[in-house]
Amino acid sequence: MIIHTHKNIPSSEITDPLVFKQRRDIIKAMAAIMLTGSSIRSVWAENSKPIWPKIAKSEFSNQDLTSTPSELVKNYTNYYEFSFNKEDSTKLAQNLQIDPWSVEISGEVEKPGTFHLEDILQQLSLEEYIYRFRCVEAWSMVVPWIGFSLRDLLHIVKPLSSAKFVRFTSVYQPDSMPNQGKNAMLAWPYVEGLRIDEATHPLTILATGMYGDKLPKQNGAPLRLVVPWKYGFKSIKAIVKIELLKRPPISSWNKFAPNEYGFYANVNPDVAHPRWSQNSERLLGSGFFTARRQTELFNGYGEQVASLYNDMDLRHFF
Amino acid sequence: MIFQINNLRSLTVLACLIPLVGLVLDIGLDNLGSNPIQALHIRLGDWALRFLWITLAITPIQTITKWRGMTEYRQLFGLYAFFYASLHLLAYIFIDHALMWKMIGIDIIESSYIWFGLLAYIIIFLLAISSPKSAKKRLGKSWKKLHRFIYFAAGAAMIHYFWQLKGNLAEPLFYLILICMLLGFRAMVWFKNRQLSVMMIPKARKLIDESSDD
Repeated sequence: MIIHTHKNIPSSEITDPLVFKQRRDIIKAMAAIMLTGSSIRSVWAENSKPIWPKIAKSEFSNQDLTSTPSELVKNYTNYYEFSFNKEDSTKLAQNLQIDPWSVEISGEVEKPGTFHLEDILQQLSLEEYIYRFRCVEAWSMVVPWIGFSLRDLLHIVKPLSSAKFVRFTSVYQPDSMPNQGKNAMLAWPYVEGLRIDEATHPLTILATGMYGDKLPKQNGAPLRLVVPWKYGFKSIKAIVKIELLKRPPISSWNKFAPNEYGFYANVNPDVAHPRWSQNSERLLGSGFFTARRQTELFNGYGEQVASLYNDMDLRHFF
Repeated sequence: MIFQINNLRSLTVLACLIPLVGLVLDIGLDNLGSNPIQALHIRLGDWALRFLWITLAITPIQTITKWRGMTEYRQLFGLYAFFYASLHLLAYIFIDHALMWKMIGIDIIESSYIWFGLLAYIIIFLLAISSPKSAKKRLGKSWKKLHRFIYFAAGAAMIHYFWQLKGNLAEPLFYLILICMLLGFRAMVWFKNRQLSVMMIPKARKLIDESSDD
C-alpha cells in the first residue's frame, strides 16, 4: 500500500524547469536593466566577457600561428560519451555536471589526495599555449589553450622513482553521457596514458580554458589534457583521476582496436593508419580549393620531443 | 508551366538534382559546419550511394508490383549514381586536394578505403558509358554480364563507407541492411525459379518420352 504523506501536486501545476529558468532569467535581466539602466544586450554581453583576456603567454606557445576561429573549434569535437556526431556533442555536452569538480591523484606518489579544481588553479599559474592540434582523422586546428604544465601539478604530489607511467581517467556520468549509459563502443570511462617522461615534458599541459575564456563543456571542461605532438584522442577530456603507475596502462582506443591505435600515437606522416593515410591534414578554416597541410613528424614539435623516442622504431611503437 | 506535369520522367530527372541544389545552397549559406570541405565531400558520396541503392531497388519493385516500363528509370537512377560519384571524385581532386598530385598519390596508396571507392567508381563509370541503347546493341549478350558488375560496385562502395570510419557504424549498417535485402530478394527469386525448373523438367521429359513412344 502506498501511504501519501503529503498532498499530490497535479503535474499541470508544476512549472516546466525550462520555463521556470526562463522566467528567472527575464526577472534577472529586468532587475539589471532597472539597476544599471543598461539594455538586455549588454547584460548578456557581460556574461560572455572572457575571464582571461590578457593572460601571459607561455614560452612554449607557438606565437607565430594563427588560431582557428573559435566557433569552428567549439562545434567540432569528438566526444563519444555524448555522441558519435561532432555537432551533436556540442549540444549534448551542456548536460555535463562540472561544478564542483575534484581530481584524485594517486598511485606511485608521496602525497596522494583528492584536490578541488579551484585549489589546484590557485596554486598553479595559468598561461596561454597556442598549439597545433592534429586529429587521427586527418584534420587539424590551432587552439590557444589556457592551462598549466602537468609537470607543475605532479610536483605537488611528488612522484616516487617507481612511477614510470601515468593513467588519466575521464568522468563517468552515465546520466548525462548517453553513450556511457548504453555501453556504446568504447569501455567507459575513457582512459588514456603517457610515459612519465612524456607527462613531465614542458609541452604537456592540463587546460582549463581556451580563447581567453573557460573551456566549453564540449571541449573538455573543466580540465583536459593537451599533448600537442600526439593525435587528439590522447588529449583526454574531463579528467577526474590521475594515477602514477609502474606498468603501462591500456588506453580506451588501444583496447578497442590495438592494431589501429597504439599507446604512443605520435603524429607521424610516414606511419599510416591501417585504413587511411596520415600524410596530410585538412586545417579547419581553410577555404575550398586550398591545399591540405603536409603533416609534420611529431606535429611540428620534433625539436622539443624527438629525443624522447631515440632508438625507438616509430613504426613498431605507433 | 515550363514542363508538363504528367511527364513523370522529366519530373524525376529534375527531382534527382534537388540534392545538388541543396548542397549549393548550404555552401552559399555557410551551413556545412566547421569542416565544410569534408561535409561537402561526404554529402556527395552519400548521394552517389543512395542513387546506387535506388537503382538496385528497381528490379525488386518491378517484380513485386509487376509494373513494367521501369527499365528506363533504372538507367536514369544509375546515371545519377554515376553523376554524384563523379562529383564526389572531382571534389576530392579539386576542392580537397587542390590538384596536389603527389599528395593525392600518397593518399591513395596509403588509404585502403579509397581503393574500394575507386574500384566502385571504375565499375560505375564502365556501366555509365555502356548504358546508351547503341552500346547495348553493340555489346549484345555481354551487356547483361557487364551490368551484373553493379553488385561488385555496391559491395566496394559499402567497404569504402565502413573502412573510413573510426566508430559510429550505425549509418553504414543501415545501408548494409538495405543492400542485403535488395540482393537477398534477387537470391530468393533465383532460388525459386531454379526450384520451379527442377520440378518442371522431369514432367516435360516425361511428356516428350511419351510422345516419342507413339
